[in-house]
Amino acid sequence: MYSVRRWSVRHAGGLNRFYNAFENLLVAMAPLFRAIGYERLERPLAFFERNVKGLLFDCKMCGQCVLSSTGMSCSMNCPKNLRNGPCGGVRANGNCEVKPEMRCVWVEAWSGAGRIKGGLDKIRVVQLPVDRRLEGRSSWLKVVRERTDPPKTETRK
Amino acid sequence: MIFEDEPVPGYPLPILPGHSSPGRFERVLRAGGFAITTELAPPDSADPEEVFKRARVFDGYVDAINATDGSGANCHMSSLAVCALLTRCGYAPVMQISCRDKNRIAIQGDILGGAAMGVCNILCLSGDGVQSGDHPQAKPVFDLDSLSLLQIGCTLRDEQRFQSGRKLTSAPRVFFGAAENPTVEPLEHRAMRLAKKVAAGAQFIQTQYVYDMDRLRTFMRGVEDLGLLDKVFILIGVGPFKTAKGAEWMRNNVPGMHVPDALIKRMAGAADQAREGRQICIDMIQEARAIKGVHGVHIMAYRQEESVAEIIDRSGVLQGRVPWYPDRDKGSDRKTS
Repeated sequence: MYSVRRWSVRHAGGLNRFYNAFENLLVAMAPLFRAIGYERLERPLAFFERNVKGLLFDCKMCGQCVLSSTGMSCSMNCPKNLRNGPCGGVRANGNCEVKPEMRCVWVEAWSGAGRIKGGLDKIRVVQLPVDRRLEGRSSWLKVVRERTDPPKTETRK
Repeated sequence: MIFEDEPVPGYPLPILPGHSSPGRFERVLRAGGFAITTELAPPDSADPEEVFKRARVFDGYVDAINATDGSGANCHMSSLAVCALLTRCGYAPVMQISCRDKNRIAIQGDILGGAAMGVCNILCLSGDGVQSGDHPQAKPVFDLDSLSLLQIGCTLRDEQRFQSGRKLTSAPRVFFGAAENPTVEPLEHRAMRLAKKVAAGAQFIQTQYVYDMDRLRTFMRGVEDLGLLDKVFILIGVGPFKTAKGAEWMRNNVPGMHVPDALIKRMAGAADQAREGRQICIDMIQEARAIKGVHGVHIMAYRQEESVAEIIDRSGVLQGRVPWYPDRDKGSDRKTS
């Protein structure tokens, strides 16, 4: 919901702290997840994630969440899916070129990033092209797997 | 400038040390020249002569010609095809690629194909939204954004492989660019956005229309503070208004246009509005040129392409230099065939 989404950006600092704690909790549960099996957990967790993040951020379930790098403003809500900053069409009032009644996702992102510790450094990181195969999958499980079992293949800089 | 290794038109120049491309646009910039680029509006036609006719208008005045890729989300001849026609005659096109219409499979193919046909410069853009064009019912693709497009382009060139990792037998030798809009919101973050583009691989920047030199100066100070002045060549986008009404229409309808009221008043108060529009453009070029870190201008004169020569002439920025065009060196003792 748009108004909740904007509330989330205004409270980006607290949400980000909560998120970090929640992530650590999930990582601590990794042995349990492994015992149950990640694929078996995929659907229920994705369902849970879709509803929670859908309410808070209008999450689009891209499956590779970068909320903590974008001031808790989900960049997939940008009609052009821009994950690296605003386009050149932002209106004088800070609203979107495509949806004039909506605040530019990236104007919001910078305001949220300013409220997160280290947020203004993270927003500078160039995001890689989206892996569309991950759409609809749980990015929480992905994080847990990456942190407890880092991929062996070399990832690109 | 005439290069001593001037090739037969349509053939590439040798790649100099430290250069990415065999193109003359990169050479002019790296030689310290004040570069002039312009925009060719691809025709709504399948006739190549229409492309040549539109290019000839700029002969002797520009270092590179941008071929737009469905600009304003309107349908026209493809930028790849326009570039292929232009390189046949030896012109130096800048192939624009927008992320709106194609996914990464098509785009990587176009980068290879463009380079194979002699395209030396590629401008990576996000693209206007489909809502602003003549096919608002179309599906917007946006598989990549301008920065991930730059990354993928640099992977092709520098690592000689597709994003998938599959090797190329020959890498595209191209000079990569990106756009930036220094005069629209969020103003305080625009320089940082440019820094991200440079980090992603942009070697030159062509900005959107700039009609507010104060905002441009602030932006350029930000770019300098981020230590980017010697990392990227920046060309400032300018263009003439035809009428005060037209200027106002553009301000209200073209995404990303910021035009100060004072300029619209200046246009409205002029006896010859078209001439005043060209004069404003000349003033902008001269002001932009005086700013540290500005390496050229990109003149966008949609439906006024014939005015580009006059604007460049009167602005005096070429300082007697004649950019290459197909017949430039004919009659001299230099043989081109």
